[in-house]
Amino acid sequence: MTKLSPKLTQKFAWGFAWTTGVIAVLVMLLIVGYVLVQGLPVINSDFLFSSPEGGLAGEGGIFSCIVSTLWLIVITMAILIPLGLGAAIYLAEYAPDNRFTHFIRYCVELLAGVPSIVFGLFGFAVFVLALHLNYSILAGALTLACLLLPFLVRSAEEAMKAVPYSQREAALALGATRWQATIHVVIPAALPGIVTGIILCVGGVVAESACLYVTMGGSAGMPTSLLSGGRTLAVHVFYLAMETNALDKAMATGAVLIVIIVIINLITRWFSHYLQARMKGETSHGI
Amino acid sequence: MSRYFVDRISRRLALCFGTVAFLILIFIAVFILKGSLPALGEIGVADILFSTEWYPSHGAFGIFTMFAGSVVVTILALAIAVPLAVGCAIFLAEVAPCRIGNMARPAIELLVGIPSVVYGLVGMIVLCPAIAHLSGTGSGSSVLAAAIVLAIMVLPTITSISEDSLRAVPTLYKEGALALGATHWQAVYHVLLPAARRGIVAAVVLGTGRAIGETMAMVMVIGNSPILPTSIFAPARTLTGNIASEIGAATGMHESTLFVTGLVLFVLIMAINSVGLLLNRRKK
Repeated sequence: MTKLSPKLTQKFAWGFAWTTGVIAVLVMLLIVGYVLVQGLPVINSDFLFSSPEGGLAGEGGIFSCIVSTLWLIVITMAILIPLGLGAAIYLAEYAPDNRFTHFIRYCVELLAGVPSIVFGLFGFAVFVLALHLNYSILAGALTLACLLLPFLVRSAEEAMKAVPYSQREAALALGATRWQATIHVVIPAALPGIVTGIILCVGGVVAESACLYVTMGGSAGMPTSLLSGGRTLAVHVFYLAMETNALDKAMATGAVLIVIIVIINLITRWFSHYLQARMKGETSHGI
Repeated sequence: MSRYFVDRISRRLALCFGTVAFLILIFIAVFILKGSLPALGEIGVADILFSTEWYPSHGAFGIFTMFAGSVVVTILALAIAVPLAVGCAIFLAEVAPCRIGNMARPAIELLVGIPSVVYGLVGMIVLCPAIAHLSGTGSGSSVLAAAIVLAIMVLPTITSISEDSLRAVPTLYKEGALALGATHWQAVYHVLLPAARRGIVAAVVLGTGRAIGETMAMVMVIGNSPILPTSIFAPARTLTGNIASEIGAATGMHESTLFVTGLVLFVLIMAINSVGLLLNRRKK
């Protein structure tokens, strides 16, 4: 085999790298574009504001699914935010640098890798059966809070760690307790990063399906309380695709999901730019 | 209440919150194990793990078929995703001009956020008919469709961890190679890639964990029939799909075997991710 000249090899290699990059971006554009092009024309006020009627033709809209999703977001966040922030405060502010802390951090990482359906099975065993919550929004929210916990902990801890240590020292030197320093200095400074993490978790609630499918049931009715079952938009897409012929409505619901996810992505991107800009500002002016 | 008292209380409270992740992990293990015990005791570990007969209504509960389904789909998906992802990582870290990289990166990262069911739906509507056309038989719901969908889903994970580890290699290494007269590609191939090898392997391992755990998209495009996959055009079922599609209607021993399915999945993923995290950690 004759050896290619290094320059030619580099041309081939760069060609391959460009091709893969272009493929990855194209795939994203094609998926998003296809769902939006197919789905958006089906969406009208009737589709958004009427509830699914069931049946093989998938009549009706997605109103009760939107309501279920909103309920789920609120309840999940109500459980997740105190838990996640508490854990992040511990890891960023209180935890000594020892084996126990390393172990806890390792657990957070491991938890982040546990598949959604395993969380679903856990939620099914604990919340649905053992705690008699049945298929309900509350059971789904509890399960989802467990699933999203490691992601919130990670981003909140990172945000708090990014706050310069000198700011804590300044607060402590003024006589503040550790807790006062955390609440009045670290958290306000880390807020944009924490909010970004929370918004990403909202995206997680919207996108998640497997663990909700087995803990919230599939009832498409309007939720009346925390203990009534519900069907989120993502789970609705699954039902429409698998059990009805209404693939166009599944696409439309998918388009709604994509729009939400893209908006969430843009917001977090804008937030992190803002954050970077502010950080740069801080280094030149003090606070 | 004195502020020192508040400080002491909050310190304790923070510690309690800090251990939540650990507790959840333990609870998951305990409850899934507890759910599995009836089946493990009555049917036996070997009969569940190594039997290919899954007929819950006739009392046959072998999950080997689903295990094979998960493994085959994951391997195929990685075979597609890894070259693409490593290519993308090199592209983003070394090749792309800054401005193009900064546009391509968020575009690729958006793939992480797209809901699983949307992948499944697009797979059902676009990919499956194309595969049916290609193979000439069936509906196109197949191992191949599942592998392609899965490859796209793990691509951003592998890409971003690989890019990070390429960027973590000290610039001096590359500059040294370039100063010795290497072309840019020779520097990447002989210096950067070996130096970042550990991180790239970690990326692939963590991507594998993600792939094995994927559920809804798999149910939608793989056909979800519990038969051993004999060709890439044949339908199959994954461990995850087995749980999702049957847990709602299962009772007694059937339900317990689904917990065993979950246990197998849990142990598998714990092992895979432990390796991945360890590899990713020591690099730093």
